[in-house]
Amino acid sequence: MTALTDLTLAAMRDGLRKKDFSAKELAEAHVKAVEAARVLNAFTVETPELALKAAEAADAALAKGEAKPLSGIPLGIKDLFATEGVQSAAASNILKGFKPPYESTVSGKLFADGAGMLGKLNMDEFAMGSSNETSAFGTVINPWRGKGNESLVPGGSSGGSSAAVAARLVAGATGTDTGGSIRQPAAFTGISGIKPTYGRCSRWGIVAFASSLDQAGPMARDVRDCAILLKSMCGFDPKDSTSLDLPVPDFEAALTGDMKGKRVGIPKEYTVDGIPAEIEALWKKGADMLRDAGAEIVDISLPHTKYALPTYYIIAPAEASSNLARYDGVRYGLRETPEGGSLIDMYEATRSAGFGAEVQRRILIGTYVLSAGYYDAYYLKAQKVRALIQRDFMQAFERCDVILAPTAPSAAFGIGANVDDPIAMYLNDVFCVPASLAGLPAMSVPGGLSNDGLPLGLQIIGKPLDEEGVLNAGYAIEQAAGFSARPEAWW
Amino acid sequence: MSVDAATVKRVAHLARIKIDDDRSAVMAEELSKILGWVEMLGEVNTDGVEPLAAVIPNTLRWREDVVTDGGIQDKVLSNAPKAEYGFFAVPKVIE
Repeated sequence: MTALTDLTLAAMRDGLRKKDFSAKELAEAHVKAVEAARVLNAFTVETPELALKAAEAADAALAKGEAKPLSGIPLGIKDLFATEGVQSAAASNILKGFKPPYESTVSGKLFADGAGMLGKLNMDEFAMGSSNETSAFGTVINPWRGKGNESLVPGGSSGGSSAAVAARLVAGATGTDTGGSIRQPAAFTGISGIKPTYGRCSRWGIVAFASSLDQAGPMARDVRDCAILLKSMCGFDPKDSTSLDLPVPDFEAALTGDMKGKRVGIPKEYTVDGIPAEIEALWKKGADMLRDAGAEIVDISLPHTKYALPTYYIIAPAEASSNLARYDGVRYGLRETPEGGSLIDMYEATRSAGFGAEVQRRILIGTYVLSAGYYDAYYLKAQKVRALIQRDFMQAFERCDVILAPTAPSAAFGIGANVDDPIAMYLNDVFCVPASLAGLPAMSVPGGLSNDGLPLGLQIIGKPLDEEGVLNAGYAIEQAAGFSARPEAWW
Repeated sequence: MSVDAATVKRVAHLARIKIDDDRSAVMAEELSKILGWVEMLGEVNTDGVEPLAAVIPNTLRWREDVVTDGGIQDKVLSNAPKAEYGFFAVPKVIE
């Protein structure tokens, strides 16, 4: 018999309903897997008692035939989500020990639908990073190994989520995506992940990084599992002023794999210098797969693509510098009080000790570009270029239904490989950031393996609110690619 | 745009982050590199383009002007590094 942790979320759901196994057995199998994989450092807090409690409730509901959509499904929750009574630190020293007296809307919706929580998942500090190396809780190790058994990063910022899903520690996980933080780690670990349209998921109770970009989304073994989780995560929330008051579609029902009558755009500007041949080849293969599924492939142009990253690195730090002003050592989190110091001394010492190097760097950039005399030249300019990037997409969508692109410019890289050069690290998100700036739904699905045997992702970008089209194109690729590779359990 | 150590110190103070002298020099170099890189936006003609703040059109909603929360002083203070007499406590601010 297949190990329970090897099942997809959909198979777990169906098996629970058929009484093939109990929610308690399913939760226990996952708790054991989490304990056995501590060397991956995917969790910041383990909460086996919460997973088992949810399982108990699920078994009672299943026995009465009153199962909810996620009854008995054990999940991991990214540390960026406030979870009531459980440390929610955004993987930062400044929030270590913070136990929210409230629950984020998205995690609350998942639990209300019957899911249990195995623990909080490690991430880059305040979601700022592409390799999970900026976490105050230490680097997460990718379950996939490189050549010569090299330790690799799991991507970021949702690196604990990607590692935990790929290593079969959780049935699925929440992620958040500001400029690629769901899609890039999904690509690095051979799993699927979708960032919905900005406004689909409530941001309430999610530690804010860049409010005009932040979106939650699911990360899971396959496209169907993402669709199931997304349905529970989405929905209107009056507590978030940017939440969209729209009905939530049945995303799972959209998965037919049939692309007949659909046009898939291939943006010529995504052919960037220095991109490995194997990624170009995979991209071509992805187009072939969608053509075989009935789609028409069309060439499109997104002329402002090369300006997306610099635009992002003005807007995101600017918003971050404002959002992170709240960490002052007064109401929660760390406080450093220099002997005889003033209130200002306390603020400065607290923030200097509490924020890591990358977070400080981004706060300083953000403060600089918003400061008197520079606001127009940097921030306002970036907002205008952002408008042009969005216009590019809207014009492209007159010619196509979805866009196909690589997710990341490389496979997972070695730990420490990019830490000394911030811009080299930022380039990881070159293909992800444009869709974030335009607020569009986008997902990554595994498309194949690199020459070194590492997973590579393909990205599908859709029109606003067309998560169904994105998921279905992802499903078509998944079916054609038949990606079944998985990391060997060395941990 | 090149940023010097003094500018880093000034910006760090605006951001309420204490930066030592040796680190401000390193930070100046890093920030200069990043700011130099983002300056490529200067190439883009944005004449007549409206700045984009809200990416998905959405109108701010009204709600009834009623109390929806409250009476949770203990919860509010539960994570405070220092709380006294039902308040957040901070170092003396008035001489």
